[in-house]
Amino acid sequence: MTEQQPVLQMQDITKEYFGNRVLTNVCLDVNRGEILGLVGENGAGKSTLMNILFGMSIIAETGGYTGKVCIDGKEVVFQNPFDALRAGIGMVHQEFSLIPGFTATENILLNGEVLHDNIVAKLFGPRLKTLDLPEMRSIAEKSIELLGVEINPDTLVAEMPVGHKQFTELAREIHRPEMKLLVLDEPTAVLTESEAQVLLTSLRRLAATGISIIFITHRLQEIFDVCDRIVILRDGQVVKEAATRDTDIVQVAELMVGRSMSAKSVATRAYDEKTETVISIDHLWVDMPGETVRDVTLEVHKGEIFGIGGLAGQGKLGIPNGVMGLYPAGGSVTVHGKPIPLNDPAAALAAGMAFVSEDRRGVGLLLEEALDLNIASTAMQSQNKFIRPLLGGLLKWRDDKAIQDVAREYIEALDIKCTGTSQRVEELSGGNQQKICLAKAFALQPDVLFVSEPTRGIDVGAKARVLEALRTYNRKNGTTIIMISSELEELRSICDRIAIVDEGRIAGILPPSATAKEFGLLMIGKLKGEGSEVNSYA
Amino acid sequence: MRSIRRFIDTAGWPRIIIGLLLLSLFIAAPSVGVRVDQSITDTIVRFGMNGILVLGMIPMVQTGCGLNFGLPLGIIAGLLGATISIEIGLTGIAGFLGAIALAIPFAVLLGWGYGKLLNRVKGDEMMIATYVGFSSVSFMCMMWMLLPYHSPKMIWGYGGSGLRTTISLDGFWPHILDNFWAIRIGRNFMIPTGMILFFALMALIMWAFFHTKTGTAMTAVGSNPDYARAAGINVDKMRTISVIMSTVYGAIGILVYQQSFGFIQLYNGPFYMALPAVAAILIGGASVNKANITNAVIGTFLFQGILTMTPSVINNAIQSDLSEVVRIIVSDGMIVYALTRATRKSR
Repeated sequence: MTEQQPVLQMQDITKEYFGNRVLTNVCLDVNRGEILGLVGENGAGKSTLMNILFGMSIIAETGGYTGKVCIDGKEVVFQNPFDALRAGIGMVHQEFSLIPGFTATENILLNGEVLHDNIVAKLFGPRLKTLDLPEMRSIAEKSIELLGVEINPDTLVAEMPVGHKQFTELAREIHRPEMKLLVLDEPTAVLTESEAQVLLTSLRRLAATGISIIFITHRLQEIFDVCDRIVILRDGQVVKEAATRDTDIVQVAELMVGRSMSAKSVATRAYDEKTETVISIDHLWVDMPGETVRDVTLEVHKGEIFGIGGLAGQGKLGIPNGVMGLYPAGGSVTVHGKPIPLNDPAAALAAGMAFVSEDRRGVGLLLEEALDLNIASTAMQSQNKFIRPLLGGLLKWRDDKAIQDVAREYIEALDIKCTGTSQRVEELSGGNQQKICLAKAFALQPDVLFVSEPTRGIDVGAKARVLEALRTYNRKNGTTIIMISSELEELRSICDRIAIVDEGRIAGILPPSATAKEFGLLMIGKLKGEGSEVNSYA
Repeated sequence: MRSIRRFIDTAGWPRIIIGLLLLSLFIAAPSVGVRVDQSITDTIVRFGMNGILVLGMIPMVQTGCGLNFGLPLGIIAGLLGATISIEIGLTGIAGFLGAIALAIPFAVLLGWGYGKLLNRVKGDEMMIATYVGFSSVSFMCMMWMLLPYHSPKMIWGYGGSGLRTTISLDGFWPHILDNFWAIRIGRNFMIPTGMILFFALMALIMWAFFHTKTGTAMTAVGSNPDYARAAGINVDKMRTISVIMSTVYGAIGILVYQQSFGFIQLYNGPFYMALPAVAAILIGGASVNKANITNAVIGTFLFQGILTMTPSVINNAIQSDLSEVVRIIVSDGMIVYALTRATRKSR
């Protein structure tokens, strides 16, 4: 690439955290108008690399780094994110850093407002200048337009759907004229597939205007859809750098995890309708914000892995949350013929059901507590496991030894990477946290296990192990598993039957062998009437 | 080097700095004519007096109800127990245990109501708790006048009705714990064994409680209420239990305080009791939603140690009677410092 100066060059970047080397001689170039895909498992060093680029204070606090960062050929050392912003680097995070009570315009131009002079400002200084709202609005409109989406610049961020928030954040970064390089950290993780497609199209348009983009994602397909080049990090080293057209998804996935992926689909058993019904859901409605369930009727049989798929916001997540009593629900649910009272988590647990929540950090874990307590406390509270009765049962003493034993058992069985049973869960990576959630549910020895988005936000390697753990558990214990996932491929690789939810109702139930087209039709079947584009529900 | 760094990490800078300050005060004390043995005795006694009040912070912090700024409510229960015990004429160890036995029902009742209230104001517990404390003190200011107490030891000499602001425990149970198995060396050094043992007992009960099923459920509630709900735990019930526990500890704590002090202070007495206890547990390294017994022990020792030492050392050093002023500056300064250290560990 000698014909033009790269926008960004990172040379021989090495970084240690307290003697623990996380990046080793990493080199990275980004050319003008290029989209570079940066992939790697969790903990491969992607975030650290981007923190160095962005001058995050954590880097300097932990002893700085060695190596060179050059912007337009000039070496720079960013002391803080403001330096990076001034140099034309923008970053869009996974979490939204927007002010909910402000409109899109106000958020986009925050701290970069167009100002009017007035007499008060002349007297008392520039802090009293007034805002030029029409001008601001048109700048905001322009940058939203550049993304190719339709967002009303006067909408409050709080009232926007998730996808629009992501676009607003993107618009905020690109409205600045000096913008050269945009870093996107998993921008599609919170988006539905169709929203993600729109985002990818926007990225292409941005790149065409000369902005360079570093795109970080776990969804490899997106990399192949949009990126010009791929850099693969593993254990803090660049293991491969290649033009996208010279490689393929299987190769990248292999390089990322450093081992060959086994053939994806294990043949699922032929579904046998004669086995007894374990759980039957009748006319269930659930009032879960953003995932309303309107009228769902289902029967799931013993030993089955039952998949529930569908687009985001259609209500697939509401089903387990309603059955487990976490959101207001109505209708009837029977397990082994016995009706289960709704809106009562304790009763649902007592009926032999367990739930791995999609909201891992919010509902699934006690982040500040040790991992053994995380694994054991649900079983302890709802089933009196790991309890030693003292004084004739008057005192229910926590049996710490039993808790540690069970934790050790699952650490081994699920290959959880940790320093020991007393490590705090917040220190674990996303994939390992998910395994803790699974262990927590397994410790309940449930009859029926609901697993909601088990692979969301975790890397390819951990994904495979999580699915494998579910499959093994199902085969070994005959546990009925109901798995809810946005990723159809994942459902097809593990489930015996797959139901597709659309507008809070079951649109249809298909065998995993059905074609992608059949699934796709069920998913969008009813959306058609209102126009199938994602922008339609703005 | 590494072991030093690990020590700093686990102890935390605030504790190391305050600890060094306390140590330097003890070292400086003899040079300005303050007796070290007397100072150590004072520090230990004050530790014993305040320790249980600080322990009482733990349950509410652990269930996410925040720091118990409503501690005066528990203290009022304790005062009711103490005054009723004197009214019915119990003396000696029976008087002290009687006061505890009488105080606990009041503490449970008040704590239950207080807990119900806090369950309705989730997120603003500490603000509401502060006002619960203040208003209950003011309400009791009226009640101390109106309640039908008759013991001549307690009521105003003139007028013949209403309780005095300060009631001497002479003849009832002054220093009853302090003197139990007390170790005296020379004229100036004394270890109040009974009071320390009682503190240890209360700490043991607290420790044991958090090792039961209910105690573990409480920790889960404080750590993540959504997790707790999904685990089938009744979140509101756990919070109420924790508030009741904090209130009961407040009631017992003030009785221990009083027996050592030798007086019962009514009316505005409980008004400013919450802040030192809050400051102590924060200095001990607790956050707004995580606390343990070590935090309480270390915090109480450091806070009370500084509070004992600074006024006497400074007073003697500059040869004038500023002790009260210095005491207020130091104690409020430590409270401000502790509150700036109050961290809410975010999820």
